[in-house]
Parts: sequence; C-alpha cells; structure tokens
Amino acid sequence: MPRDAALAWLGPAAAAARRALFVVAAASAIFALLLIVDGKDPLRAYRDTLVYVFANAYGFSELFVRMSPLLLTSVAVAAPGRLGLINVGGEGQLYMGGLFATAGALGFAHWPAAALIPLMTTLGFLGGALWALLPGLLRAAKLVNETISTLLLNYIAPLIVSYVIFGPWRSSESASYPESPAFVPAARLPSFGGTRVHLGLVYGLVCLLIYGFVFARTRWGLEMRAIGGNAEASLRLGVPVPAYIIVSMAVAGGVAGLAGMAEASAIQGRLVAQLSPGYGFMGFLVAWLAGGSALGILVMAALFAILSSVGDVLQITQGVPFSVINLLMAAILFIVLGERGAGARR
Amino acid sequence: MSEAFPIALASSAILSGTSLLYATLGELVGERAGIVNLGLEGLMLIGASSGFAGAALTGNPYLGVAAAALAGIAANGLFSYVVIARHANQLAAGLSLTFFGLGASALIGRPFVGALAPGLPRLGAFDLLVWLAAPLAVVLWIVLYRTRWGLMLRAAGESPAAAFAAGRRPERAQYQALAVAGALGAIGGAHLSLAVALTWDEGMTAGRGFIAIALVIFAGWNPLWAVIGALVFGGAESLELEFQARGVDISPFLMNMVPYLLTLLVLTFWGLRGRSAAPAGLGRGFFGVE
Amino acid sequence: MAEAAPILEARGVVKRFGPLLANDVERFAVHAGEVVALLGENGAGKSTLCKILYGYYRPDAGEIRVSGRPVTIASPRDARRLGVGMVFQNFSLIPALSVWENVALFLDDTPWAIGPQSMRRRIRPLAERLRLEADLSLPVGRLAVGDQQKVEILKQLLAGARVLIFDEPTKVSAPQEAEGLFRSLADLREEGYGLVYITHKLREVAACADRVAVMRQGRIVGSAAAREATEAELRGMMFGEAPAREPPAPPAATAGKTLLALEGATTAPGSGAVPLKDMTLRLRSGEILGVAGVSGNGQRELADLALGLVRPTRGVKTLWGEDASRWSAGKVRARGAASIPDDPSAHALVPSLTARENLALGDARRYRKGVGLDWPRLVADMARSAERLRLPPIRYETRVFALSGGNQQRLVLTRELAHDPKLIVALYPSRGLDARSTEALRAMLLEARAGGAGVMLFSEELEELIALSDRIVVMREGRIAGEFSRGAFALDAIGASMVGTADAA
Repeated sequence: MPRDAALAWLGPAAAAARRALFVVAAASAIFALLLIVDGKDPLRAYRDTLVYVFANAYGFSELFVRMSPLLLTSVAVAAPGRLGLINVGGEGQLYMGGLFATAGALGFAHWPAAALIPLMTTLGFLGGALWALLPGLLRAAKLVNETISTLLLNYIAPLIVSYVIFGPWRSSESASYPESPAFVPAARLPSFGGTRVHLGLVYGLVCLLIYGFVFARTRWGLEMRAIGGNAEASLRLGVPVPAYIIVSMAVAGGVAGLAGMAEASAIQGRLVAQLSPGYGFMGFLVAWLAGGSALGILVMAALFAILSSVGDVLQITQGVPFSVINLLMAAILFIVLGERGAGARR
Repeated sequence: MSEAFPIALASSAILSGTSLLYATLGELVGERAGIVNLGLEGLMLIGASSGFAGAALTGNPYLGVAAAALAGIAANGLFSYVVIARHANQLAAGLSLTFFGLGASALIGRPFVGALAPGLPRLGAFDLLVWLAAPLAVVLWIVLYRTRWGLMLRAAGESPAAAFAAGRRPERAQYQALAVAGALGAIGGAHLSLAVALTWDEGMTAGRGFIAIALVIFAGWNPLWAVIGALVFGGAESLELEFQARGVDISPFLMNMVPYLLTLLVLTFWGLRGRSAAPAGLGRGFFGVE
Repeated sequence: MAEAAPILEARGVVKRFGPLLANDVERFAVHAGEVVALLGENGAGKSTLCKILYGYYRPDAGEIRVSGRPVTIASPRDARRLGVGMVFQNFSLIPALSVWENVALFLDDTPWAIGPQSMRRRIRPLAERLRLEADLSLPVGRLAVGDQQKVEILKQLLAGARVLIFDEPTKVSAPQEAEGLFRSLADLREEGYGLVYITHKLREVAACADRVAVMRQGRIVGSAAAREATEAELRGMMFGEAPAREPPAPPAATAGKTLLALEGATTAPGSGAVPLKDMTLRLRSGEILGVAGVSGNGQRELADLALGLVRPTRGVKTLWGEDASRWSAGKVRARGAASIPDDPSAHALVPSLTARENLALGDARRYRKGVGLDWPRLVADMARSAERLRLPPIRYETRVFALSGGNQQRLVLTRELAHDPKLIVALYPSRGLDARSTEALRAMLLEARAGGAGVMLFSEELEELIALSDRIVVMREGRIAGEFSRGAFALDAIGASMVGTADAA
C-alpha cells in the first residue's frame, strides 16, 4: 500500500516533469530562432544567460524571488480547480492582499516586527480571501459563474489600489510616481542573506505543501476531489458541496493575497500601482500546465521563473524586449494545448 | 471655455469608444458561435502594433488598418485551430493568445516606438473607422439574424449537437466566426494607435481587451446594445479626461471601475431571474453554474 | 384485396447492443393514410426499431423498404431524403431560437438571406393545419410543450416527410395537449401521411391508431386492429400471458416501526423534474415497498425526497419518527439511510477516484482519523461487507471508470450495505445488470429486509416487484395511483394503474 501511494503521487508529477522537459526544449528552440532572426548569436546568448542565472549568486537568487509569488498564485488556481472551479482572479486577489497588508503596515507602523509581520500576513490573507469570497458565494448560490466574476474583479482590484495610493495613502515623498509611503523596517518581510529572496518563498512552499497534503491525505481533500470528479454523486453522498465551494474559493483568494502582501512588503517596500506583472495569470498557466500536482507546480513555477530571468538577461545583454518572454510562453502553451486531449478537463 | 461640455464629452466618448466597439463586436461574433476568447487583449495589441507598423512602412494609414486585420485573422487562426480542432481549454488558450499578443506586438512595434506614422485622416469630425463603427454593428446584426450564415453561427453557439443533428457543420461556422473576430479585434487595436493615441507603445491597450469582453456580456450578446455599451464605457473614460481637464476632482480610478461593477451587477441580476442571455453552448460548459 | 405497398417497412431487422438483443423484428409496416401504434413496456425495443428506421442506428441484419423499394438508411439525412421523419421525446429544437429560425436551420433549401416574413409565410399554412397558434417569432423554449411538438412535426413535414414516427409524444405533455396532438394526427392521416406512434399507454392506442403492433423484449408479439382489441388482450401481450408466479412468500414480514412517512408531501417543479403532488405513504422496518410505474412519473423525485436531496414545499416528511423535512442528505445518510441508484458511475460513484476512495466517500466521518482516514479499518470493514454479500474481492486501487457497470454496482452495494442501513432506497438498481448480478442483488435486498431494514424498491419490471415486495404502490404523474398488498398482487390491476386505464387514484 505505501508503495502504491508513493507511485500514485509520482504519476502526475512525472507527467508534469515530462512536460517541463518539453517546455525547456521548445523554449530553447524558439528563443534561438528569435535571436537568429534578430541577427544575434543564440549560442552566445544562451551561454551568457546560463552563466548569469546559474553561476551567479545574485542571478540564482533572483529565480527564487520570481518563484515565490508564482507558487502562491498557482495554488490559488489549483485548489479550487480540484473542485472543478475556475479561478482566474489571482491577480485581483493578490492586489487586495497587498492593499490590506499595507493598511496594517501603515496603521500599525509602531509595532515591532514580530507582531507586525504576522498581522500583515493575516491581513494579506484576509484581503485576498474576501475578494474571492464574493465569486464563491455567487457560484454556490448558482447565480454567476466564477470564471466571469473573478475575471471582472481582477480589474477592479488594481483600480482600488491605484485609488488609494493616489488619494488617502499618497506618499508625499515622490511627486511623479504615485505610491504609498514606504513601509517601516518592521513592516518589511525579512530576506535571506543579502539577497532579495524573502520569506514569501517560505509562504509559497508552505502553502504548496499544505495544498498537496490536504488533497492527497485528508478527508476534506477527498471530498473536494469527489466534487471535482462528480458533483452530483457527491451531493447524493451527503458531501456539503456549497460549503466547500465557498471555503475553497476564499482560501484560494487568501493564498493569492499572501503573494500580494509579500510583493508589497518584501520587494517593493510599499504599495505601488503595478504590484504584479501578471503573476495571477501566470499562476493560472503554471497550475494548468502542472495538472494540479503539487510537485508539478514546483517544477513549472521554477521553469517560469527561469524563463522570466532569461528574458531579463536577454533584454539587458542582447537588447531583446522583455515581452518576448510572453511570446515564448504563448508559443509553448499553444504547442502543449495542441496535444490532443491536453485540454480535457479532469 | 472651449466647446460646450456635452459636445466635447460626446465626441471624446465616440473616439474612445470606437476601438472598444470594434473589439466588442469581434468578440461578440466569436461568442455567439460558442467560443470565448480571453485573448482579445492580445489581438488588440497585435492590431495596434501591426497597424502602426504598416502605416509607417507604407505611408498609408488605410493599408496599416488592412495589415492589422490580416494579422488579427492569422493570430486568431492559431487560437481557433487549437480550440476547435484540438478541443483545448478555451480559457487557457485565450490567456495564451494574450501573452502571444503581448510578445508579438512588442517585437513588431519595437522599431516604431516613438516614431511617427500617418494617422487616419479625419473626414469631418471623425476618421473613417469611427463613421463605419455603428453601421458595422447594424450590418452584424443583420448578418447574425437575417442570413443563413448567421443562423448557422448562432446554432453552433447554442447547441452544436442540435446543429449537427440538423445536418449542419458547426465547426466551419466557428472557424469563420473567429476569423471575423480576429479581424475586428485587431482593427479595434489599430484604431488606438492610428487615430486615438497616434503612437505605438508596448501594452498600450491597457486592458481594453478585457473591458470589451465584459462589454459583450453587458450588451447581452447583441450588436446594437454593444454600440450603447461602447459609448457608455468609452464615455466613462472620456468623462474622466474631461473632468481632469476642467479640474473636477473625481478619481479616475473609481470611474474606471464602473464598467466592471456594472457588468457584475447585471450578471447577478440575470442570475436571480434564473435566466442567462448567453449562448447556451458558450465556452462549452465553462460559463454555466451547474 | 391487394394492398398498396407499405410506405415504410422493416423486414427481418435484428439489432444487438453487446450481449443485449434489442430488436428481432420479422415484419413491421405502415401504410399511407394509416396510424400504427407501436405498443410496449419500457425497454421493449420500440424506440430502437424506429431509430433504425430513421437512420440513427444501423441494423445488424434485415432490410428496410420505402414504398416497396429496398433502401439503405445510413444516417438521419438519408432518412429525411427518403421522406421519413421522426419526432423525438427530447426535441432537437434550439430553445433560444424562434420557431421560424429552427425551421430555417433544418431545411436544406433555406435561402442565403432569410427573411422572417417569407419564412413565416411558408410555415403558416402548415402551422394552421396543425392548429399551431403560437407566434412564430417566439423563442421555441417559451412555447408550451405541445406547441414545441407541433414545431417538430412542422419541421419534418416541410422537409418532405411522408412518414412520421412519434416517440412517446405524450410523455411530457398535459392531457389537453395530448388531445391536440391526436387531432393533428387525424388530420395528417386524412392527408395520406403514414404515422407510427410509439407508446406504452393503452388509452392512447384506441384514441388515435388504426392498427396496433405490440412489442415485448425486442420482438413483435402480436398485432391487431386498434379498435377491436380489448385492453385486456393488449395488456396481456404487453406484459406476458403467464401471470407472474408469486414465489414462495418470504417469511411474513414483521411489520415494524414506521421508518419513513410522507404526509401530503408536495415538491416544486424544477427543471425537468416531475413535481410530486400530495404524496402520502409509509415505509416500515422489515418490509420491501415496491414502487411501480412507467419511468418518468416522479419516481426519481420520490427517491430524492426520501433521501433528503429535495425538500417538500408542503406536507411533512418523517424519518424514524422525527420531522425530517429539512434534513440534509448527509444527515439522512448518517442516520442510517442507503441509496442504490441506477447508473452508478453517474449517481453514486466518482469515476475519477479509486475504488477505495469511493468506499470512503459515503461515510468519511465514521472513518476519520486525525485529518485523514483510517484506511485499514475501512478496508477491513468493506472486505467483510463484500464477503458477507458474497461479492468478489475489490481491487482497491482501480479507478472506478475502469470498472464494468456490474462491478461498479457491486462496489456501491458493498459500500451501502456495509453498516446495516435501516432504510434503503433502491432506484432501478438492476438496470443494466446481467442476470446473475440481478439475482444476487435481489437476494441482498431480501436479506436486508430480514434483518429489519425497510427497502423502497423502484423498478420497471413488474415481475421483480411482485417477487420481492410486501406492498406495491404505483406512481403516475407524481401521485400514487394505486396500492396493493402481497396476496393481492393482480397483474391486471397493477398494469391498469400504471397505464392509466383505472381511474381510481
């Protein structure tokens, strides 16, 4: 039995790993093509990139910086996904988490870090949770599909953030760039060593672990997977489906909210208008590519982080615009989607 | 004091709303055929960049618009293949198209950032695309509701199974619908770079593609209502600009929220009445609540 | 007198679905200007035969002739071109589109530019003949069912059908709408169309048909002129001449305490659901209550009500003496109710999960251990249950979708009967099962009854109900149409309640 369990766990992870390898191969090929078209030498570019990303301590640490929010936003998609719910609102939930956390940072700036950080973490979770709670309620009440409602709320959240930093929370310091006042040191999420790798990475790993554990080993996870597999039969077996819908959405939102808190607290040190370069959407893609497997998410998030770093490097050293990364991700995704059956929902 | 406020507002709304309207109409046609395309933002960017590049290279803005339309058809063709022939998840494919558009447009537009290109000339108060926008909506209405092709398209969107049982081929209608959607979405983007902003910048659509998606829902999948919707949503944007110009202090961000809040409200209201105006087969089950 | 060639004829048609023989029809024919009723119980093969005539299925053997000429019908398109039309129970209309749009979609010669006026002009004469008064611009979904049916007929007629097959057309309509349909059929017959009318309702046969062919178990077992045959004769052909032998009665049931009681329970109509009206019944421990009736008369709704999936809008539901009207399904299960539905992979199991996980699903609380589940204890209990029920051992790690239908049902039984439930709701449990599994299932139900459980057994097969039940109630249109006790199980009377010739409620 234990051996079976281990293998069962490895199965989807192995599939994700295979996909990851494929992604790497395809990425390399496509990038090379783009570089050649642009008149650059791909091999040299790759060597420079790999050196920067892997041989350089700073470059390597940047991978983790980029991975942290992705781990969180992908769990925010994967968890409700196991119930058959589609949460594309990670972006908005992230922003609301950042907003609530900032409220804590600004309002309780005199608290010591040992109290302030947990408070901000809680607030960040709360903000994201509330933002996802509404779509959850609407879906449980069979009023509005959560795909649309989370999508719409995605666009409202950054506007709320912009509103406050242009208004009540406007920093008097910089006139040109609206942003909130800087967080006091006690409100900054601690980093490791001298790098930018911050505690948010731990949040991400912990959430990922909890996600994996809950769905694989707890009875609630079993019931949620049942809902995803056959909601009608689950209902008949007495599983409280509406309650699970609401709770899973709220928790997912909370997890994405943590990403917002981490970005604001650790990376930016304040609340800014452009808190996320699309981590929410990337989280959707990571979760989707990973097939919902926790290990798969780890692998895919790492991959996306690498791609992101590579893009940065190519931009700096070769003058290739960063958006090319988007092109690359899209090309890979289209190829993966094109695999027959790749799109079939579990 | 320059022009009277209402006139300035109206013409500003029309100008802003035009690109929205093209994009909305395009998405509407696709969704009527049962396919939701979250990649509209990417399509608009592709249109904006190709249109600008085309105009800059040829010196003719109309050729630029044509180039944009072709680029849009090609990009959406990729999407259609993956979604129709390969039965891919429409949401994931749509998001991929958005990323694709972000990247491709950056590449296409790179040589032209900060460059000048001939914009669409004004014919009277507005450029040609503006004049054609509302008539286009009417034409689409006629095509959807009064032609055989439109009927097939709507049948494919409502119930591909029933359409198939009637001996028709829903997939063909869907490919065609998405080609139209690609062209219109891209033209919407081209209007931004060639008439409104008269420049190209990475990511210049700033989420308008997603507003257009909300607008389709808001308009109840009806092209005529889409005109009203585009005016309202475009108006909200220009209201904010006019307010700023006149020193009125309402936060532009709050105003920008209105379209999304409105859509959410409308949807909830529809849900309470137990009715959905969406094509029954839209997104193949992704848009239902049961 | 030489007869004109039948307008549509099936000869020697055989059709199998796997091991199941659906059709073995020597000859079935319909002539122009004639209405032939195809009568039989559910599962008799009537629908299958007609689907073959319409091109939905290809027969394994046999020949189809149109106006005397042998033809090949490979698809509904072929059928239509040959003038054969079929009006289904689930209409193939698109609810959001209007009447004229649905027709335009169906016809092959719709012009490029479609005008509502010209379409309506084209449709109107036929619509008037069919007495379709609805506005042709209304979305079809908003029409009354009877009118929707007329649109379906219209569609087929405009496409050139000379023969129309109706598959249980009054299944979902009100009595008045049925009258309207019969009038239309009479009109069509006058105009020389050939009509086939599939039904299980005896009353209708006399009302609209010229001839009746009775099917049972895939074969045509008798045929008669509709107005000459007596109801008794027809019922005999439908259900079989030999009266079901009441097997040696199981030890007299000790009528124990009332487990489930419904008093005037009424449910609200939901999408497609048949509302229950004023249901009053009692299920006692140690008895099997058989629920008979043609499916679609509220059986599923009654089962759902019993299990707590639906709440009564009026009336009271009591379980074990307590008012259980508002109990959730989970609570009802936890108190000792079990559910054995048909189609286990749709209603009782989660196909993507393993067998072991499915076994845990009905009862997660009982096996809780920390945050997880006490798998060893669960497995032990289930193994014991399987053994007790004399079922083969379970392959725990198999995912349910990989199991056969029979094995899926066995899994359900293992789970549901594992803890001696006091109330068992079995909804068509032997549907789709082979003979051996069915035997075993029946034995299990009897055993449960002997152990003091109350069983509510829904079945379409009267023989099964007669063999197992202590009491039988008949459901028709959401109400109880008849109640019978063991010793007084008269096939005649039960059948009459089912098909509605008896007016006693």
